[in-house]
Amino acid sequence: MTKSLFLSNLILAIIWVLATGTLTEENFLFGFIIGFVILGVITYKKEERKYFTIIPKLFGFMIFLLWEITKANFQSARESFYPKSRLVPAIVKVPLDAKTDLEISFLANIISLTPGTLIMDVSNDKKVIYVHVMHLLDKEEFIKETKRKFEKPLLELMR
Amino acid sequence: MKDILIIVLSTFGALFILSSSVGLLRKPDVFLRISVTGKASTLGIGLVLVSSALFFNNYSVTTRVIATIIFLFLTISIGGHLLARAAYIIKTPVWKGTKIDDLSGQYDEVTHELYSENHDSSIKPEKSENNI
Repeated sequence: MTKSLFLSNLILAIIWVLATGTLTEENFLFGFIIGFVILGVITYKKEERKYFTIIPKLFGFMIFLLWEITKANFQSARESFYPKSRLVPAIVKVPLDAKTDLEISFLANIISLTPGTLIMDVSNDKKVIYVHVMHLLDKEEFIKETKRKFEKPLLELMR
Repeated sequence: MKDILIIVLSTFGALFILSSSVGLLRKPDVFLRISVTGKASTLGIGLVLVSSALFFNNYSVTTRVIATIIFLFLTISIGGHLLARAAYIIKTPVWKGTKIDDLSGQYDEVTHELYSENHDSSIKPEKSENNI
């Protein structure tokens, strides 16, 4: 259902561009927003309304990820000049809630791009993931934090 | 105004790349080195590319810059993962300051199958004293 709503939204945006006669990216975006609002008004079934919560969540998650990547870069730029005594590296086993290959690969990519962590490997039965951490303060805390910050919003978006 | 933006972005990009190369020299073992280079170079190269897109200011350059950044973000994490896995399997020494090593003994020695429960095989890298 989400896919067909997205396609109708794209078609509405293209129709808007054709009707106004100006092909610029701002106009396309404006048409997309107008189509989004129109579809939001005419869709009333509860199970079809998932699309209208997923799009704002997706944008929020992308902004959050960009912010995390920027933070990771500043942090590792600073860490490059640290003395060795302040490093606490560790390889931690994190249990997974994600089941399919696509979810696991998205999660692994996101974890690799964020502060001080590096994916080592996924186990063959897809139950755990091994993560190399640069600064480990507390193992349980780290696992909980990863699950709360990255895995939960990702699974909400993909299921 | 645009000139100042280009100057600031490209300077920061170059500084990030510099910091990642300093980290490459100073870190004690291979996993930390992979970690440092992967992170800082994504934003560094991204900023340099964005400043070049601002400098040329036309469609074909901008779309190519966006495509390059997307592929960079996709490939750097995969490359880091494969390098780290290969380094672990050939028993590259782990730095002695490593606090926990959950991966030790989890790989099967012959098939390189990775187990999730406790397993005791012979792939256990020893801890090295200092720089490799």
